Amino acid sequence: MAFLVMSGVRKGYGPAGRRVSVLRDIDLELEKGEFVAIVGYSGSGKTTLLSIAAGLVAPDAGQVWLDGREVTHPGPDRGVVFQNYSLLPWMTVRDNVALAVDQVFPQWSRERRGEHVDRHIAMVNLSSARDKKPAQLSGGMRQRVAVARALAMDPQVLLLDEPLGALDALTRATLQEEIARIWADDRKTVVMVTNDVDEGILLADRIVPLTAGPDATLGPPVVVDLPRPRRRKALNHVPRFKEIRGTVIDFLLGPGAPRATGSGLARGCLGSRPIEVGA
Amino acid sequence: MNRYLELWQLTKTFPAPGGAAVVVEGFELALSQGEFVCLVGHSGCGKSTVLSMVAGLVEPTSGGICVAGREISGPGPDRGVVFQAPCLLPWLTALENVLLGVEQVHPRASRARQREIAEHHLARVGLMEASERKPGELSAGMRQRVGIARAFALSPKVLLLDEPFGMLDSLTRFELQEVLVDVWSTERTTAFMVTHDVDEALFLSDRVAMMTSDPAARVGGILEVPFARPRNRREVMVHSDYYDLREQLMAFLESQARPDSTSGNEASLALDGALEGELAVAD
Repeated sequence: MAFLVMSGVRKGYGPAGRRVSVLRDIDLELEKGEFVAIVGYSGSGKTTLLSIAAGLVAPDAGQVWLDGREVTHPGPDRGVVFQNYSLLPWMTVRDNVALAVDQVFPQWSRERRGEHVDRHIAMVNLSSARDKKPAQLSGGMRQRVAVARALAMDPQVLLLDEPLGALDALTRATLQEEIARIWADDRKTVVMVTNDVDEGILLADRIVPLTAGPDATLGPPVVVDLPRPRRRKALNHVPRFKEIRGTVIDFLLGPGAPRATGSGLARGCLGSRPIEVGA
Repeated sequence: MNRYLELWQLTKTFPAPGGAAVVVEGFELALSQGEFVCLVGHSGCGKSTVLSMVAGLVEPTSGGICVAGREISGPGPDRGVVFQAPCLLPWLTALENVLLGVEQVHPRASRARQREIAEHHLARVGLMEASERKPGELSAGMRQRVGIARAFALSPKVLLLDEPFGMLDSLTRFELQEVLVDVWSTERTTAFMVTHDVDEALFLSDRVAMMTSDPAARVGGILEVPFARPRNRREVMVHSDYYDLREQLMAFLESQARPDSTSGNEASLALDGALEGELAVAD
């Protein structure tokens, strides 16, 4: 059995009779140490998928297995990084990270926990800001705190929910490189959801497209067999990069596109795309 | 007409503690009639300030802007603007939002004629079926389609677009770019668009103007985009020049990556800037 398995997962929201299917037939397997990017439209159910893997949301059908055990509740073996950082505003950077470390490693000595916290803050290049509170930090710095906190829990799986979605392009590029570097150092098993194809190619071993919702499901996976470290600019010369990029984009703008719209929309046929749900 | 939209020696300074802050200095650019030009640069480099000056919403400190041979002063319906947030009136339907602009530009047209114009433009962006819906009932992508329809419905001399797809996810952005290029290719309105998305600039433009990130920013280089029109994303992306141009644009942007161009509040900028700078060097 693979390290992380989602099998036949289905999820809908709403009362019986008017239930909207969000996800169906989700089958996903990750080997230990693998980095998989789920790429899809906003509102397609990416966050729901990740929340099910985290044990925060129960699926209507199907199971999630981590290291041979079924996932039924959230737990510290799965570290989650959300798009909105989710930091406690009255605590410093250090205290935000320490909160998680104290929860997960209560048996450790105070000193050991302190060192562990500082090491992870250093890992995301935030040592000089460790006594600041979230409001004193930029978006990019806040997201680094969230990454440090998730890593400091030493989870078996890291679940990243559009971790860079709220950042401007430049900060985003910097943090992508940082995530790639940290991942190369400790090879965590990672599931990242994103709407950015390039981000997936830069970071992941495998890209799995998610079709547009409602009733979204995973499309054919694409293996990102490009050598690491990957350099955004240099990739433009790599034929395999162009091929992967073309395949993923073609799928998402073709078979995986919102049904009512798709590319036919530009011709003015119709635009009754459902209202975006904060899935 | 060769210099249909002309930005001449544009400079903008804002008062700041310890002297004036120069945002844009000696910015020069000319667009031919019917040309589509994108202005790319990092967040905070002053791109939107340039566009706001062309829209007449911000007055240049010095220099001037001419549209079809006449210097502008203040905003006017000859320049249609699409902002990042579509700024729709929430109590009006999609159609009524478009009509509002049409009534301004064609005050003497019959009610039926005004409606016909508005409906035509909504249909062009694929929203006919949603024309009676209010903004709250539309997705972000659909709301921006209304914004595009409203701008084109004014039949402006120049279309100004300020990161119109910046708030959309990157896949919805692809869709909307196709809608925009499709409408634009029939209207051929002279278009000036601000973006930081390299693929977006290449897909839409005839030329890409690259803006520097210095305080006192200006045009640092211009890239000709050779793809034939009408354009189709797949054909553009497999064009032999596509990834070369993409790399040139990315290289320019990387060279302009300035520490404090990252977003954040004033107090954190210096610190974050130092960190980003450090990382950029490490790379």
